[in-house]
Amino acid sequence: MTTKVAILDYGIGNLRSVSRGMEKAGVTPVITKDTTVMMGCDGVVLPGVGAFSEGMDKLGILREALCRYAEDRPVLGICLGMQMLLEKSTEFGLHEGLGLVPGEVLPFVKTPGMKIPHMGWNTIHTEQPSPLFDGIPQESYVYFVHSFYAKTGAEHTLTTTDYICRFASSIWNGNVYGVQFHPEKSGDTGLAILKNFISLL
Amino acid sequence: MALTKRIIPCLDLKDGRVVKGVNFLGLRDAGDPVELAARYNEQGADEVVFLDITASKEARGIIIDVIERAADQLFLPLTVGGGIRSIADIREILRAGADKVSINTSAVQNPELISEGAVMFGSQCIVVAMDVRKNPEMRDGATPITMPDGAVVWYEVVIYGGSHPTGIDAVEWAKEAERRGAGEILLTSMETDGVKQGFDVAVTAAISDAVGIPVIASGGVGTLEHFYDGFLTGHADACLAASVFHFGEMTVKEVKEYLRDRGVAVRI
Repeated sequence: MTTKVAILDYGIGNLRSVSRGMEKAGVTPVITKDTTVMMGCDGVVLPGVGAFSEGMDKLGILREALCRYAEDRPVLGICLGMQMLLEKSTEFGLHEGLGLVPGEVLPFVKTPGMKIPHMGWNTIHTEQPSPLFDGIPQESYVYFVHSFYAKTGAEHTLTTTDYICRFASSIWNGNVYGVQFHPEKSGDTGLAILKNFISLL
Repeated sequence: MALTKRIIPCLDLKDGRVVKGVNFLGLRDAGDPVELAARYNEQGADEVVFLDITASKEARGIIIDVIERAADQLFLPLTVGGGIRSIADIREILRAGADKVSINTSAVQNPELISEGAVMFGSQCIVVAMDVRKNPEMRDGATPITMPDGAVVWYEVVIYGGSHPTGIDAVEWAKEAERRGAGEILLTSMETDGVKQGFDVAVTAAISDAVGIPVIASGGVGTLEHFYDGFLTGHADACLAASVFHFGEMTVKEVKEYLRDRGVAVRI
């Protein structure tokens, strides 16, 4: 039986590249917003771009299902999808997240000479070993686009990146992984990270 | 380590084929944008821009096909511009696999398109492209920009590919685009575009310093040093070029190695 990965389609973000990335990694991507379909998959990718509250709203009934799913199977949040894994965000008011990883989402502090969004290629610094970054060299370049960042404890931080401050560019808690950058836009490095996620299934 | 400066090749497409540079050489008659984009990807391009200059509305489906093929084969950020007039157009382009859309004339005519697009799809995918032209006659209320020779001028936004002056102050327009939620500005100066004498660093710096979002410099690059000037003097966050890459005058890799050797943070 082929391995299936659900890519949650809740009306936000570009799913095509994530889907092709999964195919390249050797699994069957299933773009879906159906909880039953999701429950039948071996892993879940939560993609997303845009605003936190809108993302959480659009997630709707998938929220609860996703939390149940994450109890025993792997979930990968990408960009906004990663931010929604955390407990709360202060983007346009205080909003509750999925709470799958302890921590919060904060805005970059406006700093002269530093543009927001943090947009482009920056490096990731490994803070602790993880199967998600197996074989990925220290200080590899990945592609970022975001104006808010994750703040979580050191035990939940897999990599950090420096921009305005040092922030958690990838996080984890049990079966739940999240990356602030876009692996599906980060060339061979990104594809290798997606493959590593697949190896967890 | 730090966020790197970006080098972005731009491909002009007509009826789904690359037009700039290809006809002159004759060799790249294949002119397939996805193949060319893949080549730039291998050279280390940080993003790729497709600018659709197809005139007819009927040919719209072709660009969608190109975006879909690109998104299937390339794993790097893709911006698509040209002929985008509505939220429906933006949705169609993004759904095909583009990461950002670039809007120009339609943003000037209907600034709500910026705001609505940013709310619906996120600021990160709304690039406001602006073409600007120097106006030597200072006027009240215009933002003064000092040229390298000391002359004080202002810059005006022009639309329809530079043929139609609007009277809008370029710096103010950039600020408004940011206020409305644009995630990035793609700035082309009609003064330098196609002349290969370097980017228009005066207006680039003025706009880059006036906004808090990234600015892409475009128009006029002819030498390796011009890229350096664009970043250092123009305060650009990214530099875009077309013909120098298409004609094979330089590769993205050469540009990046040059910049690295001069101390600019680039991804190699």
